Amino acid sequence: MAERSVGVQGGAATPSGGDNVGIAFDRVGKAFGDVVALDGVTFEIERNSRIGIVGPSGGGKSTLLQLTAGLLEQDAGSINVEGETSTEGRLSRCAMMPQRDLLLPWRTALDNAMIAIENRGVSKKDARAKTRPYFEHFGLAKFEDVRPDALSGGMRQRVSFLRTLMAEKDILLLDEPFGALDSITRGQMQEWLLRALGDVPRTVLLVTHDVDEALLLSRTVVVMSARPGRVVTVLDVGLQTEGLSRREIVTSPEFIELKESALEAIE
Amino acid sequence: MSAKASEERAADPMPAEDPIVPKRTSAFGHFWRNYGLAMLIIIALLVIWELWIRIFHVPKYLLASPTGIWTSLQKDWSRYLLPNLWPTLSEVLIGFGISVVAGVGLAIVLHLFTPLRRAVYPILIGSQTIPIVVLAPVLVILLGYGLLPKVVIVALICFFPIVVNGLDGLRLVDDDFIRMMRTLDATRWSIFRKVEFPGALPSIFSGMRVAATFAAIGAIFGEWAGSSVGLGYLIQASTPNLQTARIFAAILLLTLIAMALFGLVSLLERIFCPWVSRGGVL
Repeated sequence: MAERSVGVQGGAATPSGGDNVGIAFDRVGKAFGDVVALDGVTFEIERNSRIGIVGPSGGGKSTLLQLTAGLLEQDAGSINVEGETSTEGRLSRCAMMPQRDLLLPWRTALDNAMIAIENRGVSKKDARAKTRPYFEHFGLAKFEDVRPDALSGGMRQRVSFLRTLMAEKDILLLDEPFGALDSITRGQMQEWLLRALGDVPRTVLLVTHDVDEALLLSRTVVVMSARPGRVVTVLDVGLQTEGLSRREIVTSPEFIELKESALEAIE
Repeated sequence: MSAKASEERAADPMPAEDPIVPKRTSAFGHFWRNYGLAMLIIIALLVIWELWIRIFHVPKYLLASPTGIWTSLQKDWSRYLLPNLWPTLSEVLIGFGISVVAGVGLAIVLHLFTPLRRAVYPILIGSQTIPIVVLAPVLVILLGYGLLPKVVIVALICFFPIVVNGLDGLRLVDDDFIRMMRTLDATRWSIFRKVEFPGALPSIFSGMRVAATFAAIGAIFGEWAGSSVGLGYLIQASTPNLQTARIFAAILLLTLIAMALFGLVSLLERIFCPWVSRGGVL
């Protein structure tokens, strides 16, 4: 199954001289006018690890992702993304999956998923051929030529995730990936993403306001405060998820304990 | 344990789904649902109009009856109506075509070059306060009696809604789409071609629809300012002769030109923007 997934791309797989830092934030600050969104944010993320960032809404979590992706420039401090510190350099390393699926309504599911390959100058035909095989693995078989308005919310999110993966970037930034879904679909998608990420050795930065989601999907959880966003605490999750269902994980005593300390930190 | 894990992985937690096939209604049902009531109202008005004239013996030089207009359409078709229909139709189509190309082109250029938009947009708005009615005679003096001034007037009158709607459509594309494209290695041109332009198409078509209803009016202004052919000229020439039925027949043809152009734009929108559902309203 591993060789079928999009992962295992040059940059992520080759070790770079013992330097195992994927992303490093050093006293990062960002303000919008008088509103201070982030203040003195410092933490590091190892390569190919999964980090969840939780915190109250308006705590600058999305801003942190946009800064990481190089879509915004920080006012203070530095951000190092696999050695890249400029916004352009960061942009070249990161692919972001937004909260809203942002599928282009005039493109079919397949043509949406392949857009990153097309952006690199590959012909439509080759881009389609390269993307098509992943549809079955993503539970999207038969939906290749369907336009987004005929897809369910969960399917749209999966197309959106596939589109992010097809960018073949070392770093995936997930911004409330299931925030727009109902809780049942959300649970199913979390379970599915847990498996999908297991196949993809990449650095994943997941922003969510849902503590369960962060604990379920990441190895480390960074708890952030309300505005101005600061790092309150860093929790090492290290839950055993292999072979367990979502229900089994989220009801285990270890999970409940972690959830309690996370919720305590948020308050 | 590991066997169980791989089995779990193979199983997709998502239930299998099938593509949704949209329901289709018959062409007649579609037509009836959209235009049925409008047709009934028009027929009712025509009947009342006809009865009014017959009951009160309204002289036909004052007001033509629907049957009188019908007679005129047949009687005057080859001698008066058809020879004057073609010039007006060409003015409308050429002028409209020019305004679409120029309007969409200008909208794109202004959108891609922000400083230029800041410079040109206020001038564009300002230019719209000049009434075309007073501009028409000036253009006839400048460009002569032929086809050219009418085409220019039609293009001028259609140009504005197309540029403004096009610019709005291009500008109002959600920033989130643009951010998403940037993290997926899109160039400026790629973002324009794959996101902004298709996203603005429905707005561009809205502008074209508004413009389509103006086009025939522009042609009439142009012809009234100075012409020896066209439906506008025919209306003007028939007035002193009290050929009321012929005037109405010419007006009817003008309306049909405008409606046909409107229909053409809507058809093009259906072809080029199949993802937009307008609930069947043209």
